[in-house]
Amino acid sequence: MVKAKQAAVLEKCPTGIKGLDEITKGGLPKGRPTLICGSAGCGKTLFSMEFLMRGAMEYGEPGVFMTFEETPEDLAKNFISLGFDLPDMVARGLIATDHVYIERSEIEETGEYDLEGLFIRLGSAIDSIGAKRVVLDTIEALFSGLSNAGIIRAELRRLFHWLKERGVTAVITGESGDRMLTRYGLEEYVADCVILLDFRIQEQISTRRLRIVKYRGSSHGADEYPFLIDERGLSILPITSLGLDYAVSSERIATGIPKLDAMFEGRGFYRGSTILVSGTSGTGKTSMSATFADAACRRGERCLYFAFEESPSQIIRNMGSIGIDLERWVKKGLLKFHSARPSLYGLEMHLVTFHKVIDAFKPQVFVVDPISNLSAAGTPSEVKSILTRLIDHLKMKNITTYLTDLNHFGSSLEHTSEEISSLIDTWLLLRDIELNGERNRGLYILKSRGMAHSNQIQEFLLTNRGIDLIDIYTGSGEVLTGSARAAQEAGEKASELASRREAERRLREQERKRNALETKIAALRAEFDVETEEVHLMAKEEQKRQNVLADDRLEMAQLRKGKPSAPRAVPTKKKRERRVK
Amino acid sequence: MKTDSPAKGKKEKTDATKEIWNLRLYVAGQTQKSITAFANLKKICEEHLAGKYRIEVIDLIKNPQLAKGDQIIAIPTLVRKLPEPIKKIIGDLANTERVLVGLDIRPISG
Repeated sequence: MVKAKQAAVLEKCPTGIKGLDEITKGGLPKGRPTLICGSAGCGKTLFSMEFLMRGAMEYGEPGVFMTFEETPEDLAKNFISLGFDLPDMVARGLIATDHVYIERSEIEETGEYDLEGLFIRLGSAIDSIGAKRVVLDTIEALFSGLSNAGIIRAELRRLFHWLKERGVTAVITGESGDRMLTRYGLEEYVADCVILLDFRIQEQISTRRLRIVKYRGSSHGADEYPFLIDERGLSILPITSLGLDYAVSSERIATGIPKLDAMFEGRGFYRGSTILVSGTSGTGKTSMSATFADAACRRGERCLYFAFEESPSQIIRNMGSIGIDLERWVKKGLLKFHSARPSLYGLEMHLVTFHKVIDAFKPQVFVVDPISNLSAAGTPSEVKSILTRLIDHLKMKNITTYLTDLNHFGSSLEHTSEEISSLIDTWLLLRDIELNGERNRGLYILKSRGMAHSNQIQEFLLTNRGIDLIDIYTGSGEVLTGSARAAQEAGEKASELASRREAERRLREQERKRNALETKIAALRAEFDVETEEVHLMAKEEQKRQNVLADDRLEMAQLRKGKPSAPRAVPTKKKRERRVK
Repeated sequence: MKTDSPAKGKKEKTDATKEIWNLRLYVAGQTQKSITAFANLKKICEEHLAGKYRIEVIDLIKNPQLAKGDQIIAIPTLVRKLPEPIKKIIGDLANTERVLVGLDIRPISG
């Protein structure tokens, strides 16, 4: 059966374990044994139990659980802890269990033997329910139960071969040994797929990790993946399981602060984007988060608020002091607080808590205040990997994420967030501006992907009616805030008034001058008019005199019996003389 | 495949108890090891428990479900059901000394 498939692409057997099928690209090799190894308490048994249960419940593949360590009663209890009712599943023929008990002190060995009994038991269990999956947990007990290791090794080789021939997908667990994956070198027999589980404690916080050591004939994720165990079984968190292929929204949502909206083209943030507000303590990060949450609830959206520093009632009380009533939203069921100390549990557990609460509450807006506290629960690279996965998850669901980040005094404001800055779409920075013996808050936009945004530093005021932003004083080459800004503005107002008065005075003077000038002009014009009049009169007199003279001449000519003169009234002397000639 | 040996042995042996020894031999088909084991067992019983033993041979190929009850993994396995406590000996029973120790039978003295 397996042999026939070898030419084709390796068939996979989905485990149903969250995340594992993604990193193994489909599951465990179908019809072949897989070795799960790790130290005590790393979750081997749980892994194999879940593999079997999910197979039976979700993929219709009954399974056989052969345990060498636990009694059927203990086994049933373990299954219950994952929410599976083992006796019920056994009764329904989905699972068969067999507890192999080997007590060395009760067994005497003499002469040749083989492990055919084990084969027969396994075979009969498989046949009884038509099993497709088999778990052997842990077969190494044979080595401690029987003394003839040579026989065991030969029989194990035969067993794995036999399992392959039967075409069952088998999971074999094995305890880690020194410099070997397993104490008795089981990896030597299981050549197809080996998965290593690891359980580490760093700085009092435990982390479980999973690594695929080998997977013959298949590509797989090679990293160490953190995983965790909760009441729903194992969850492996592959960072690469979520690609960067989510759809984005171009819808814009208000920030809750009208002036801040104005800084983003007057329209606020993109829906589904990731917003980071960073600043030192006391710069108003929580107030901004609360304002944003309040704005979301006003729109009738659901908001999930993760508080890592304060209890919900404290936040509600404090925000009441700046005129934000969050309690009514809590009562309406639009706002949900989730408070926890970051050191309460490891990072992976935090991530799972995030996922669980998000999936349950289905918010449109998600606030974490502050994310920097998570760094107390892990190394920066771990925090980054957690946040990347969280943000990817939120983006997939188009949830607007609002994170705050506490910077430390003295360090560069941008520094602490460096590792996550690439994940952030819109980054607001709140900073102290210390000047003239007072501390004021300033806000500016460090970056905002995909939209025009203001480059101005705004003064950030917390009033009893919420947050207000004021244009900072940037006149005459200096930046002033707070009372210095107010003083400067008052001084400016005074000098402006004075100069306005001066200008008015000048205007009035000019007006007076103009009036004087116009009077003068009028006088001159009058004088001129008189003169003109006179000139006209004189001209008329002259005309009259000329006419009279002409008449006289005409008269004289008539008297001299000359030609009657042309109708030309006033011929010049010369012309007249020429004509006469 | 039950082989009840005659319980009326001729030689009274040293065993202190009068009870019947109930022995079970698990085999898987007629393999060489199984045949050897049965022969060895028969011989030892005849020598030491004549007349007060019963051997039950169980072929797991015919009755695979019986393997679970006695926690059989190795073949052949000899189980001493009675007298209590249950004892197990695995292997072809070639080493008589060890079988006697395993079954808690004191060897014939003298």
